[in-house]
Amino acid sequence: MSSMLRVEQVSGGYEGKEVIQDVSFEVKQGEIFGILGPNGSGKSTLLKMISGVLPIEKGKILFDGKPLDQYSTKELAQKMAVLSQAHPQTFSYSVKETVSIGRYPYQKGFFRSWTEQDEQTIVRAMMQTGVVPFSHKPLQSLSGGEQQRVYLSQALAQEPKLLLLDEPTNHLDLSYQKELFDFIKTEAHEKGLTVISIFHDLNLASLYCDRLMLIQNGKVQALASPLEVIREEMIQSVYQVSVKTYPHPELPRPQMIMLPSQSKKEKQSVSFITKDMLQVDHEAIVLQTPYPLKAMSSAVIGAGVGWFTTFVNRHVPKSYDCRDSKREMEQYLRAKGFSPSETVGMMTAAQLTDGVIDEIEMEDFSVVIAVTAGVGNAVDIAKCEEHDFVLQSGTINIWVFVNGSLTDEAFIQGIMTATEAKVKAMQTMNVLDPFTKTVATGTSTDSILIAATQRGTPLSYAGPITPLGKAIGKGVYRCTVQAIEHYLKRAGQR
Amino acid sequence: MFTQRYLRSSNWFSYAIAFVMLVLSVFFGISVGTVSIPFSTIGHIFLHQWFAVPLGADIDPMLVNIVMDIRLPRVIPAGLVGASLALAGAALQGLLKNPLADPFTLGVSSGASAGAVFVLFFGISLPVIGKFTLPFLAIIGGFVTIFAVILFAKWIDQMMKIETIILTGIIFSSFLGAFISLMIALTGEELRQVIYWLLGGVSMRGWDYIYLMFPFFLIGVVLLMMNGTELNILSFGEEKAKHLGVEVLHRKMLILSAASVLTGSAVAVSGTIGFVGLVIPHLTRLAWGTDHRHLLPLSIFHGAAFLIVADLAARTIISPTELPIGVITAMIGAPVFAMILMRQRMKRYE
Repeated sequence: MSSMLRVEQVSGGYEGKEVIQDVSFEVKQGEIFGILGPNGSGKSTLLKMISGVLPIEKGKILFDGKPLDQYSTKELAQKMAVLSQAHPQTFSYSVKETVSIGRYPYQKGFFRSWTEQDEQTIVRAMMQTGVVPFSHKPLQSLSGGEQQRVYLSQALAQEPKLLLLDEPTNHLDLSYQKELFDFIKTEAHEKGLTVISIFHDLNLASLYCDRLMLIQNGKVQALASPLEVIREEMIQSVYQVSVKTYPHPELPRPQMIMLPSQSKKEKQSVSFITKDMLQVDHEAIVLQTPYPLKAMSSAVIGAGVGWFTTFVNRHVPKSYDCRDSKREMEQYLRAKGFSPSETVGMMTAAQLTDGVIDEIEMEDFSVVIAVTAGVGNAVDIAKCEEHDFVLQSGTINIWVFVNGSLTDEAFIQGIMTATEAKVKAMQTMNVLDPFTKTVATGTSTDSILIAATQRGTPLSYAGPITPLGKAIGKGVYRCTVQAIEHYLKRAGQR
Repeated sequence: MFTQRYLRSSNWFSYAIAFVMLVLSVFFGISVGTVSIPFSTIGHIFLHQWFAVPLGADIDPMLVNIVMDIRLPRVIPAGLVGASLALAGAALQGLLKNPLADPFTLGVSSGASAGAVFVLFFGISLPVIGKFTLPFLAIIGGFVTIFAVILFAKWIDQMMKIETIILTGIIFSSFLGAFISLMIALTGEELRQVIYWLLGGVSMRGWDYIYLMFPFFLIGVVLLMMNGTELNILSFGEEKAKHLGVEVLHRKMLILSAASVLTGSAVAVSGTIGFVGLVIPHLTRLAWGTDHRHLLPLSIFHGAAFLIVADLAARTIISPTELPIGVITAMIGAPVFAMILMRQRMKRYE
């Protein structure tokens, strides 16, 4: 793709004050290029220089192969359009009148005849943004998002090669943001429209831009793909706020979240999770916490990573019809008065009273572990309708609650360590796979949960020789062994 | 509003109405007075004067004199002044994006008034132009003021932003206003003359004044009509206008100068007549829409008709005493304006 805009060592600003200093970059045709920076960093000034509103003091801007200052105002308007925040209007024009103004750069002569081509272009532009239904309404009668769509049509009516956006979605709701940028992405990637946009919202920029330029005090701090620009250290140093970045669940586009500083009250209120807080009966083991815990689990409800206040390990009969277990489980939770969105819910056919709960005190943190075990069901989950005929049924559900603040690594290592401890417990108890007659490593439907208060002692790792790893390993091993003993005893009695 | 939308969609209809209203006001303006003249007679006299149609025997030649030398030379200046002020007001409201702007916002009228009062105060009569000393110096005063305003605005703000222009205009207006007040305070004999001139009027102007004003009127109209589309675009904001391909600074200067030419010449002929330049563009916009390509010509028609009728009222309400026309325009203008504001406020709350 050819170069659409080349900015070479440009400096300038207002009345001798250099707001922009020695900025260089190049934007290719069909690219979506985002400009980021804190307030007063010079984003808007730079955009004004590119759009020719503000003269540059030093350097050079080449637009579509020609120096910017060699374009007449009309020529420039035929190739470049600007969409900025919608401002309130003093006088009201109809939607169609407003869009028609986009053809001004093409109108020549004293009478400025309105050609068939002009008419077709504005109708097409209005169709693209879906404003045809209100083409005769006054602009002021439309909502903010609709007005912005009208201005987008106006810009499209200019038939630009380069579209400049100056935070066009400020004050507009989520659906409009997505709508606009989805549209712009299609125009850019399929029709070769080049887009340069200023963003306040770093996440939006990361989602839609091919490249990002981060500026601070008029100088370029970073110029690369979103993956390289939206990094914690970078954003922290430029914006002076503590942030965390995390991967987008579906796309290779990093997202960023702010970390609010904790209030005194939040810092002081430290209440621990203890084993007495777990309520056990034949129907379920339930833990309700006074504040949300960060949890990582493979449960039926609330799987993955999230914040939860209720943890339920529910006993279901062996004949349980598990075709739509998720929905059935949600109904069960609601019936019990738990909110499914705040709950991690597991199921087991094992007797809950055979489960083992333990609490391990370490020097500056503690861990509560709960294990329920049934080991007959090592295989054949695919034939869940046949559960009726499987005599010995069960699964191993492991809960680990940590009174401490865990990193992501610690969560994952905690799961590894707990799993290793479970495997060791199976070996110790010499549990065999009924089909292969070899030592089993688990059952086919095991579930695990590791949850942490995220307050108190920071715990970075949970490998087997770290304090946390030791607590988890020792605790899970001991509890699993005991739970299997209870299970086998009950099975033997039968 | 259904009617409003319907009317807007057919431009020829709005022009037809505006034209008929103007013609009617002209005929009324000529017809009504101490001697009342029927419309048909006026028509005959026009045909006789301009197309050499023989005058019927039933028409008193004295009526021809009344129409051609007394009434028409009063109706035409009233029409030209009304048209100039309304057009200048419509253009300035669009350019300054301010519905409260009028031809007097930029200080042109204060400049022209200062020139005129100066002439009356010192009783000056320049050689050659003689009795035209007053309008001549008034126009000069208006021009000097607008150039000073533009230069000053440009000096303090390279881009000549709208806010800067308005503020500069207000500074100059009040400064010149102080000079006018000073001259009034020091006036002895001519006080009544000065005050009467300031209140505005079109009596005793005659054809000479019409010939004097007409070229300025023509220049102003042509220049502004060429900028209808640009005014539409400029009302979306200067930066936006530039992005859409308008040479903003150039157009702004052109529109300001044209509006000043119109205002200056109008003030020179009739004194300061308020409210026409403020209310007529508003009413026109309300009736026919905001599109300046039509708003400007329609304001010309409506402004002319309005001032002809206002002048008619001024000279007939307590005849034979003549009221200053500025009093009439303000008396009609202010309540109408208040009504518009109330209606807009109500609409906003709906």
